[in-house]
Amino acid sequence: MGNDYRDMWQSIGLDLEAHDQLLDGLNQAYGDIYLTQENRPEGMQYFDFVMSEVHGLRIKELLDEKGAGRAVIGSYCVFVPEEIALAGNATLVGLCSGADFAVEEVDKILPRNTCALIKSSFGFKLGKVCPFLEVSDMIVGENTCDGKKKAYESLNHLVDRLYVMDMPQMKNEQGRDLLRNEYKRFLASVEELTGTSITAEGLREGIQTVNAKRQAMSRLQRLRWADPAPISGLDGLLANQVFFYDNPQRFAKSVNDLCDELEHRVAEQQGIRAKGTPRILLSGCPMAVPNWKLPSIIESSGAVIVGEESCVGERGNRNLVDDSGQSLDELIEAIVDRYFEIECAIFTPNQERLEQIKAMAANSQADGVIHYCLQFCQPYLMESIPVENALESENIPTLRIETDYGLEDVGQLQTRIQAFLELVK
Amino acid sequence: MRFAGIDIGSRSIELIILEDGRIVDRAQTETGFDPLNRAKALLAEKSFDHILATGYGRTLFEVSYEAPTVTEIKAYARGAWQLAPGVRSILDIGGQDSKAIALTETGRVTKFEMNDRCAAGTGKFLEIMAEALGYGLEDFGPAALQAEKSLNINSMCAVFAESEVTSLIAKGETPAEIARGLHAAVVRRAVSMLQRVHQDSGPVVFAGGVACNICIHRLLEQSLKLEVVVPKHPQMVGALGAALLAGENR
Repeated sequence: MGNDYRDMWQSIGLDLEAHDQLLDGLNQAYGDIYLTQENRPEGMQYFDFVMSEVHGLRIKELLDEKGAGRAVIGSYCVFVPEEIALAGNATLVGLCSGADFAVEEVDKILPRNTCALIKSSFGFKLGKVCPFLEVSDMIVGENTCDGKKKAYESLNHLVDRLYVMDMPQMKNEQGRDLLRNEYKRFLASVEELTGTSITAEGLREGIQTVNAKRQAMSRLQRLRWADPAPISGLDGLLANQVFFYDNPQRFAKSVNDLCDELEHRVAEQQGIRAKGTPRILLSGCPMAVPNWKLPSIIESSGAVIVGEESCVGERGNRNLVDDSGQSLDELIEAIVDRYFEIECAIFTPNQERLEQIKAMAANSQADGVIHYCLQFCQPYLMESIPVENALESENIPTLRIETDYGLEDVGQLQTRIQAFLELVK
Repeated sequence: MRFAGIDIGSRSIELIILEDGRIVDRAQTETGFDPLNRAKALLAEKSFDHILATGYGRTLFEVSYEAPTVTEIKAYARGAWQLAPGVRSILDIGGQDSKAIALTETGRVTKFEMNDRCAAGTGKFLEIMAEALGYGLEDFGPAALQAEKSLNINSMCAVFAESEVTSLIAKGETPAEIARGLHAAVVRRAVSMLQRVHQDSGPVVFAGGVACNICIHRLLEQSLKLEVVVPKHPQMVGALGAALLAGENR
């Protein structure tokens, strides 16, 4: 990212020196992990470009949108419905939470045994290095896990406008009612933020826009089922990560262009790795940019990742919203239908998630599942042992990994992952 | 053909050379802070046709010797299978890590557990504790075994356990009983690791340097109620497995 954006970064309140540090680290990691991959599809050049401009051109676009009267809403969770934001003349962006930053400052506010994702979201705010957060007119927190729920109480002191969305914990009629009510309340708050009135027409358009990008991702996921896999798991993950930042229409088109290329590769049996390479399904906690640690260890150990059962992955983007409803209420109901299916570990019981992991492992012809948990992420950690037992009882080899964003356990993880790959071969 | 296996561990490096399936040479050295040069020194003047490396230093070795590598898990599994054909469970407690491995009836690894990033409950832990109590490493196990009772030690972290030990000494507890408590704590941890790999049929092969400790060996047998087999040179099991795999990879 050139120096052309320094004035812009300064104007939105970033700490330029700290931000330079962050970008240097990000560029270095991206260069080492992504640009050293061989045989990448040409369509990934777009994503390379997006990443190189993620704090530059994309932020300028958002500022231009704001200049033209749109609002920017920042979110930390796939339960925040982008359809409603779009219908209310707002752009929804995912906020940064994939790297440790301003650790000492964060430790003053959050207990040490808080997961790296929550700590990171605070680190980016306290270190003044996340331009997405700084350009957001409203930040949406959501009562998913206890860690996030309580952390938002502290975040509320750090940001201008925090909106907290409540979340059901059980998938029953009461839970559904709660989600519906919360989506209606969110709709009203978006209307208030932007001074627009959301119409059925506008909401349908929002639904269609988001459906298009989810459809593109679903197409990409299906192409990854081929053996040999036409694209690396790292690149698949990157598309899932960019999903949260990019302009939705342009993103959908770019993913579809990539898929056109991958279809050729599949037809010609051309893989990113040889046929017969061990195929791994990743399942568990989300991996936000630039948390590429585990996938990069897995793929540099000689495997290919063929799917992510994760919020930054298929759990987050599968299923479409039915756009056939005529009234606003019908469309909201369709949105509730879609989001209520998300197999998030905050729900109890959550048997659907296990079924989904099994289905994904079968579809993607995975040789094994690596279950990834962030340390201190109670909901996914609690599910990890039952998931492991259930998968192994069906002869699906499973490896449970618990880690954070630090690099001190890389050697240990390499040994465990390589031993797991020796076992599934 | 001579096949060599080298196990570059965090604390020690072991080498085994096989010819016609028989061990013809065996060597060991401390890893120190320069594993690659230590390994080179160990290999100087040794003759072999093929070598395969394992252990945490395997990647370094792979690069400079262009040698194939396997993980410690696979190497220990292969070595243990050779020494005790039909074995289904392996416990390895080394200098800085520990692992439990389950094998199928044909000797394939089906499941393994490893300690997380810290060296709690490994050889290093016992070494620090022996020193804190004034024992030599060789005397530590026998002394603990002779204690009349075992004190309850909760901490498996070397730093916290040391302060727990200090406060027990201040209370007037005997070093042998404290030592017994420390050994029991290591065994509890090892047993829970073995149980996580779901093997309940014996015998268990116990490998790694800590297997030389008689107290750990006996307490493991008592706790598992299974036969625990300690090979003659328990630290060499990984190197043996690597040497065997070097031959089988050809």
